[in-house]
Amino acid sequence: MHIAPAPSGHQVKQGGNMFNQNKNLQQSVGLRRGAFSRPIEYVIEKLLFLISLTAIIAIFFIFAFIGKEALPIFFGKTNSALVQEVIKPEDIDKYPAEKIRDYLGLSRSKYKKMPKDTLIMLLEVKAEAHKEIPESFKNDKDARVNTTDWKYLIMPHQWSGYDKPVYIWQPVSNIPKFNFMPLIIWSIKTTLLGILFAVPISVAAAIYVSQLARPSIREIAKPIIELFSGIPSVVIGFFALIVIATFFQEIFKYEIRLNAFVAGVALSLSVIPIVFSISEDALSSVPRSYVEGAYALGSTKWQAAWQVVVPAASSGILAAVVLGFGRAIGETMIVLMVTSASEMTWNIFAGARTITAAIAAEMAEVVFGGPHYRILFLLGALLFGFTFLANIIAQSAIAKFKEKFEGTK
Amino acid sequence: MKTLKTIIIAGTIASSVLLSQIAEAATTIVVKGSDTLVILAQKWAEVYMSKNPDVKIQVTGGGSGTGFAALQNQTTHLCNASRKIKAKEIQACIAAFGKRPTEYKVALDGLSIYVNQDNPLKEITIEQLELIFTGKVKNWKELGGPDAPIVIYSRENSSGTYEFFKEHILKGKDFAASAQTMPGTAAIIQAIAKDKKGIGYGGAAYGVGVKHLNVKSDANSPAVEPTEENIVGGTYPIWRYLYVYVNPALDKGEIAKYLNWIRSDQGQAIVKEVGYYPLPKNLREN
Repeated sequence: MHIAPAPSGHQVKQGGNMFNQNKNLQQSVGLRRGAFSRPIEYVIEKLLFLISLTAIIAIFFIFAFIGKEALPIFFGKTNSALVQEVIKPEDIDKYPAEKIRDYLGLSRSKYKKMPKDTLIMLLEVKAEAHKEIPESFKNDKDARVNTTDWKYLIMPHQWSGYDKPVYIWQPVSNIPKFNFMPLIIWSIKTTLLGILFAVPISVAAAIYVSQLARPSIREIAKPIIELFSGIPSVVIGFFALIVIATFFQEIFKYEIRLNAFVAGVALSLSVIPIVFSISEDALSSVPRSYVEGAYALGSTKWQAAWQVVVPAASSGILAAVVLGFGRAIGETMIVLMVTSASEMTWNIFAGARTITAAIAAEMAEVVFGGPHYRILFLLGALLFGFTFLANIIAQSAIAKFKEKFEGTK
Repeated sequence: MKTLKTIIIAGTIASSVLLSQIAEAATTIVVKGSDTLVILAQKWAEVYMSKNPDVKIQVTGGGSGTGFAALQNQTTHLCNASRKIKAKEIQACIAAFGKRPTEYKVALDGLSIYVNQDNPLKEITIEQLELIFTGKVKNWKELGGPDAPIVIYSRENSSGTYEFFKEHILKGKDFAASAQTMPGTAAIIQAIAKDKKGIGYGGAAYGVGVKHLNVKSDANSPAVEPTEENIVGGTYPIWRYLYVYVNPALDKGEIAKYLNWIRSDQGQAIVKEVGYYPLPKNLREN
């Protein structure tokens, strides 16, 4: 007698040849499960546990490292003022050791080990750097301002030479201006544009593929759309830089070639497969009985899809959108290639430099350990916070969705 | 038995040959730093290694800041830099190995001012450039051109060119907020080739499709074209050095030889191939 395949394998076997297989069954199901009876499986299990543990520890360490590098900003330990107090090398004995150590920014253990002539050399370098400041800047009203103070990081300030208070990101400057509000606004602007283009397209495609399309079309369309996620973002960036920017410039006649709009279109290309794939899964996992119920009440295919399945899957679709947002705001290569920065504005045809692009472009050239370096890490931590929040929202939406249909969290 | 013997003998010979090769190739020079210089450094390394097979040179980019950090941590021998070392980086080097790093100028980079081919302007003074790029002059009319707003294209603040331009042309002032920061010289050229109102700056050796303005140091001096002759001769006013930094304790033996070769006539002949200009004769070794 042949037994039709059923969802769980060993039940079938039990039903079929119970007496012959009873002994084998005991082994294969593993009724003897102690660590010593199956040493290899035990080792494999522990290895897998270690691997997954490393991933968690790695994430923790990455965040700890980013946080550590950004911490001096939080505690006001960085000073980016152009003109600072100078201790002349010959005056080294006039000051207490603690003051010299603090002035040179050395750790206690390093300071102890350092010979005196090295200390003098360090003082000389600092004094020389002070001498090299252009005269025109020494009496600038902002020359003694620590520009890494939170007040200057997020609030507009009227710098000398500006006719009104501005938000401005000009970190490479005699008086570095680290106000990162423009970067945040530019980031949100491009990300929202990307989501705005991607969500209608991908959700519509998901509804079509999961509810309306013939099986033959669905079998082709689904893998092809998902294939999109395999395109490296540098390729999308290059394509956007050469083709998309030119194409839309001819239509909209915008002045700024590399603007938030172009970046948004390019970003949507990388977000579409994610939103599509997750919302398609959500729509497909709505029980078939919902659709059949709708048909029984006389609704058309479209009515069933739009008025029954989509509302039922709404939390899953929301999760897809939020995950897409997380991907878009963290995307680097595309925006690095197709954005340009200028003034802080919400105008979609104006430039926009995202946080990720700023970090990627500037990190390599900054003085390691300097104020600019610390601010970039602070921005990294901020970005981590954004994506973390997006993931939490998406996870809870997915949990809600599962609870609805599967009764489990 | 006989075969075993042969195998042993062959093995001994092979391993001794291998060992001697490893011993010979022991000199490896690690070069790290500026992405601006990475192509030039690779070209130098390639030519030098083909002439001195016993020296291996490893070149990686990553940026000037990355290079200086590696110099401090002593994970690189040479650091390429498209900007001068900062006081803070000198301090870190002194704290790490007790000496200031030695600076070598290794090439010149001439910077051109690009405008659109259709722009009637032919020459510009340094002072006018300052006014344009700081946003004080906003219309081409003020420079004797057509009545059209000026669109400024600039580089990202991570670029050595940006920093140089800001320090020497803008005298340390900020770029106008309306200046668009482009991700590379190629992007600037591409934009200006399409934008009749555009102005930008970048390497003098690049820039097909845009017009290079002749530059005057001040209103009374002659306008100079950005050609190799004028840049190396020092008559063209906008140029900068490219640098290599080294820990003075390591500046001996093969590394010193390599640094000398870079600045010799042979090494400098390669500089032109990648879009920079050779050092004037008086700055070269030998």
